Amino acid sequence: MRLFDSPAAKIGASIAIATGLYGVSFGALSVASGLSFWQTVVLSLLLFSGGSQFAFIGVVAGGGSGVAAMSASALLGIRNGIYGMQINSLLRPAGWRRFAAAHVTIDESTATATGQTDPEEQKRGFWVAGVGIFVLWNIMTAVGAYIGGALGDPKQWGLDGAAVAAFLALLWPRIKAFQPAAIAIVCALATLLAIPFVPAGVPILVAAVTAGLIGWFRPAPDPGHDSDGMEPDIDPYALHSGHRGNASHTGHTGNASHADDAGDGEKS
Amino acid sequence: MSLWFWLLVSVVLAYATKLVGYLVPAKVLDSPRMSHIAGTLTIGLLASLTVVNVAASGTNVVLDARVGALVAAAVVLWLKAPFLVVVIAGAAAAALLRLLGWP
Repeated sequence: MRLFDSPAAKIGASIAIATGLYGVSFGALSVASGLSFWQTVVLSLLLFSGGSQFAFIGVVAGGGSGVAAMSASALLGIRNGIYGMQINSLLRPAGWRRFAAAHVTIDESTATATGQTDPEEQKRGFWVAGVGIFVLWNIMTAVGAYIGGALGDPKQWGLDGAAVAAFLALLWPRIKAFQPAAIAIVCALATLLAIPFVPAGVPILVAAVTAGLIGWFRPAPDPGHDSDGMEPDIDPYALHSGHRGNASHTGHTGNASHADDAGDGEKS
Repeated sequence: MSLWFWLLVSVVLAYATKLVGYLVPAKVLDSPRMSHIAGTLTIGLLASLTVVNVAASGTNVVLDARVGALVAAAVVLWLKAPFLVVVIAGAAAAALLRLLGWP
């Protein structure tokens, strides 16, 4: 009963529907990139992190090796470790819940939880978003993989164009300020320059090294930009304006949340 | 079979990364520099993956219908379209340009 009265649970449910639905595009693109139906399904069930899943199939689609696909996927998943630490300090899950929580620790569940102030609401938001997305994402992945397999020639349907659009859509919410835009441009150029000189898939790792170096040397005290790049693909609090608590959340959704974001680095 | 192997390695690494946040004491990871690196990596990798999927064909840089998909996606993102609409716009642009004869 209490779940129905909970603003965080409502936000969690709507973000679950919005995110879960685009599992269909992952499923279709994964099969188009050359993965089998079952490889696609296993990625969504067990890897379960949209960005890393798209990275894996994106490298494979470009003719990259399994090692390169694995590296891109693993590097893109590093932020989930930071999210895990944030959720652990907020929710303090114990026993088996800790292992379940780790699996559903992704951009959206973290953003839903950290947007709330009341610990009970944080808990409800995290679990409703995390489990809801997990269920829907997996169902829609299977649907997409089935459709993708039935379509035939992926190029005729523009599925390679769909992959381009998907990556731009994942990048887009993360480049709302000058610094992240500059990082994106530098890494894009590094990739373009590397393509003719190294095997397929490796240009992405060249960009990763470039980004890692920039991240290491970026000035540390930079309030409001500590969490650039750590935004969810879909901001739960843009879907439901008005339910946001006062707590900071990992996203950087414009001026309204600027003051909140400044606290991200100190949260423990 | 080899792809299965690396896929399963990716699965293990992804879960291990998530779990580290829960098992390692917060002060080890909770530094602005860690957030900087994780955030910068995320932006850099997504930018790179976008470029590779637009312009790479093996080890060649080519301009084909995928450029049209990039432009279409950027336009609808600018108009604040939801994720699925963006993906469909990208597919439609690429398919349409191929119908018109662009490779």
